[in-house]
Amino acid sequence: MKSLKDLEAIRQRTLQDVGIRNDRKGTRIVIGMATCGIAAGARPVMMKFVEEVANRKLQDVAVSQTGCIGMCEFEPLVEIYAPGQEKVTYVKMTPEKAARVMSDHIVNGQVVGEYTIGSVKK
Amino acid sequence: MKELSLHILDLAQNSIVAGAKLIEIEVAESKKNDSLTILIRDDGKGMAADFAKTVTSPFSTTRTTRKVGLGIPLFEERAEMTGGRLSIRSEPGKGTELFAEFGLSHVDRVPMGDLAGTAFLLMNSNPQLDFRLLVRVDEDEFMFDTRQIREALGAEIPLNSPEVAAWMMESLKEGIESLHGGM
Ligand SMILES: Nc1ncnc2c1ncn2[C@@H]1O[C@H](COP(=O)(O)OP(=O)(O)OP(=O)(O)O)[C@@H](O)[C@H]1O
Ligand SMILES: [Mg+2]
Repeated sequence: MKSLKDLEAIRQRTLQDVGIRNDRKGTRIVIGMATCGIAAGARPVMMKFVEEVANRKLQDVAVSQTGCIGMCEFEPLVEIYAPGQEKVTYVKMTPEKAARVMSDHIVNGQVVGEYTIGSVKK
Repeated sequence: MKELSLHILDLAQNSIVAGAKLIEIEVAESKKNDSLTILIRDDGKGMAADFAKTVTSPFSTTRTTRKVGLGIPLFEERAEMTGGRLSIRSEPGKGTELFAEFGLSHVDRVPMGDLAGTAFLLMNSNPQLDFRLLVRVDEDEFMFDTRQIREALGAEIPLNSPEVAAWMMESLKEGIESLHGGM
């Protein structure tokens, strides 16, 4: 069984990394989590992003949620805010697409054009 | 939505939008009473009494991107389909409490689904907020409170740092599964 005592060791290890994290500007992954997003499957998409961040031990990437982004027909929607880059909006996301966005965009800086809002709107 | 835990995720989003600092979620299953109850309580901005009375209608919404709000009406319908009900107590400036009762063994009751994953995602994506989760199955109980974790970790370490996150997910999974037969 896990216990609160485990946290002391985690605390020590994490403190060493936090120093590194503070002087880097982070990337934010924001997932639309209003009723429309959740009904369209936002939860497994978010879970995929969180797992990838944890597995890759990315200290400077945060996953967060927001309400309705206002384009319910394109849910699940994901917005990526990376330092020095314009916001990128991905539409109709799935866990599989999330894995690709993670490796191509978040880690290697290459926007996955075919999943973006621009590619479905034109 | 095919899982009650997805409704919980959705309703907690209402609390977050309402500016809550602490969100409490209680899920209790009683075979003896053949009931399943879900309580969501927050300390957000609350609702005026006359608005709270109309909020189970889809046309009651303060959202600006769409004219109907579906979260609460869908949840109420889910409860009523199983012979249960939804009640709402809210006070402006104090907070809101949603309480739903379901017929546990009713054929139309949708499953709880991934409650551990839902609680984890809420905590992980809102590391500045506190959550208290209480799950009860008959006499067994599991409680998880981010305030305790914050205290053990100290202020410098965010609740969404990777190793803490992994520990939280595991604890939630273990805790809920350990309850008599799980949820
Ligand atoms: N916990 C809460 N605190 C304060 N106000 C709330 C809370 N929950 C709901 N409300 C109010 O009730 C309205 C209706 O909520 P409901 O979840 O049904 O729809 P919505 O959130 O507006 O839209 P949707 O859920 O479809 O994304 C909200 O717009 C909000 O004004
Ligand atoms: Mg809602």
